Amino acid sequence: MKQSQITPEAHTPEPPKGAVLRASALAAIRGERVVFRDVSFALAPGDALQLIGPNGAGKSSLLRLLAGLTPPAAGELFWQDENALDDPPLHATRICFVGHQDAIKPGLTVADNLSLQGRRTEGEITAALASVDLEQFAPLPARLLSSGQRRRLALSRLALSKAPLWLLDEPTTGLDAASVRRLEARFVAHRAAGGMIIAATHLPLDLPGAQSLELGRDSGR
Amino acid sequence: MNLFAALIRRELILALRHAGDSLAALMFFVIAASLFPFALGPSPRVLAGIAPGVVWVVALLAALLPLNRLFGADYEDGSLDLLMVSGLPASAVAFGKIIGHWLTTGLPLLVIAGPVAIMLRLDADAVPQLLGTLLPGTLLFSLVGGMSAAITLGARGGTVLLPLIALPLMIPAVIFGAAGAITAHPAAEFAMLFGLLALFLPLAPLAAGAALRAAVS
Repeated sequence: MKQSQITPEAHTPEPPKGAVLRASALAAIRGERVVFRDVSFALAPGDALQLIGPNGAGKSSLLRLLAGLTPPAAGELFWQDENALDDPPLHATRICFVGHQDAIKPGLTVADNLSLQGRRTEGEITAALASVDLEQFAPLPARLLSSGQRRRLALSRLALSKAPLWLLDEPTTGLDAASVRRLEARFVAHRAAGGMIIAATHLPLDLPGAQSLELGRDSGR
Repeated sequence: MNLFAALIRRELILALRHAGDSLAALMFFVIAASLFPFALGPSPRVLAGIAPGVVWVVALLAALLPLNRLFGADYEDGSLDLLMVSGLPASAVAFGKIIGHWLTTGLPLLVIAGPVAIMLRLDADAVPQLLGTLLPGTLLFSLVGGMSAAITLGARGGTVLLPLIALPLMIPAVIFGAAGAITAHPAAEFAMLFGLLALFLPLAPLAAGAALRAAVS
């Protein structure tokens, strides 16, 4: 087996008991370049994994792979010992993906942006907006939001999702200190309820007890 | 099915809030069709003869107008990623958006095609037959157009590429549609139109779904 790129904390030759999500020697190729390879980790309910590494190290590629958007060039992803990517629609019910793009329609109101993903009650939407402190903006067109507020609106989708695995690409970009603290509190609550979080970030993010996975040490070989 | 209904509802909400996009296609349809009397002269005999063909071709071109935004807008702002992980298969996402295109472009074109045909001096008795061909016709525009839009998604110059792919594929529909609108015994033409529909109804969503998966990966 090739030398692993991952840090010792994340390296688990024997997957720990109770691991739900297990990645085994994943690799991604963009263009002609190997972005990362031999990425392995295991997450049990309540675990968090922080992806670190320089720009272009493949943090976003790994998140998109874990979301089922990109097929892996090599390796396998298991959910409770079944290949997770065999059934993309089923895998989609397990994850809530917040990519680096906010996926916000500027012409719609803040509240309508959240109702696009499916019929929601007014209470659910108000609660989701309250979780990111945007409820007073609900009737405003989303184009009036600042970039940090747009990020918060994108993150409010986490509150509407019941998926156990959160995949977050630079979730704190543009957020003020209070919003970051609020987000960290929601991370704690999600993990306490048995959820799992995988976040790519190069900003300090307080995820107590999180494994960390460093990408990009030997990329391009 | 619930997710699929939510997707179509989403498309309708977006079309309603950005009503200009759908209206632009309708305005194009009316204006382009009204150019023909100016170019060919007001002779009722000439206009009535070309009216079904003009309506068919101009409706096809009008239906193409909103296509590059059909997937393009969602692709650019990241919404397509969310749709792809919404729990629907990629082909269902494509099919939902194709239905959305028909409801917001094809159906309005069908409604306005009658008045436009009468403006072009088509005999009022011949209008139902024209609309009868345009019903499978507009469905084909949405299916083939949506497939082409998905295939050209993310390609450089996709805006130009889209009609270059879609228009040749529409030639059979135009042949049988325009012929079926004027012939006295249109059974064969209708059979061909619905045959094309039976071909593209499963093929277009599957091809578009595969193209969407490739575009987001």
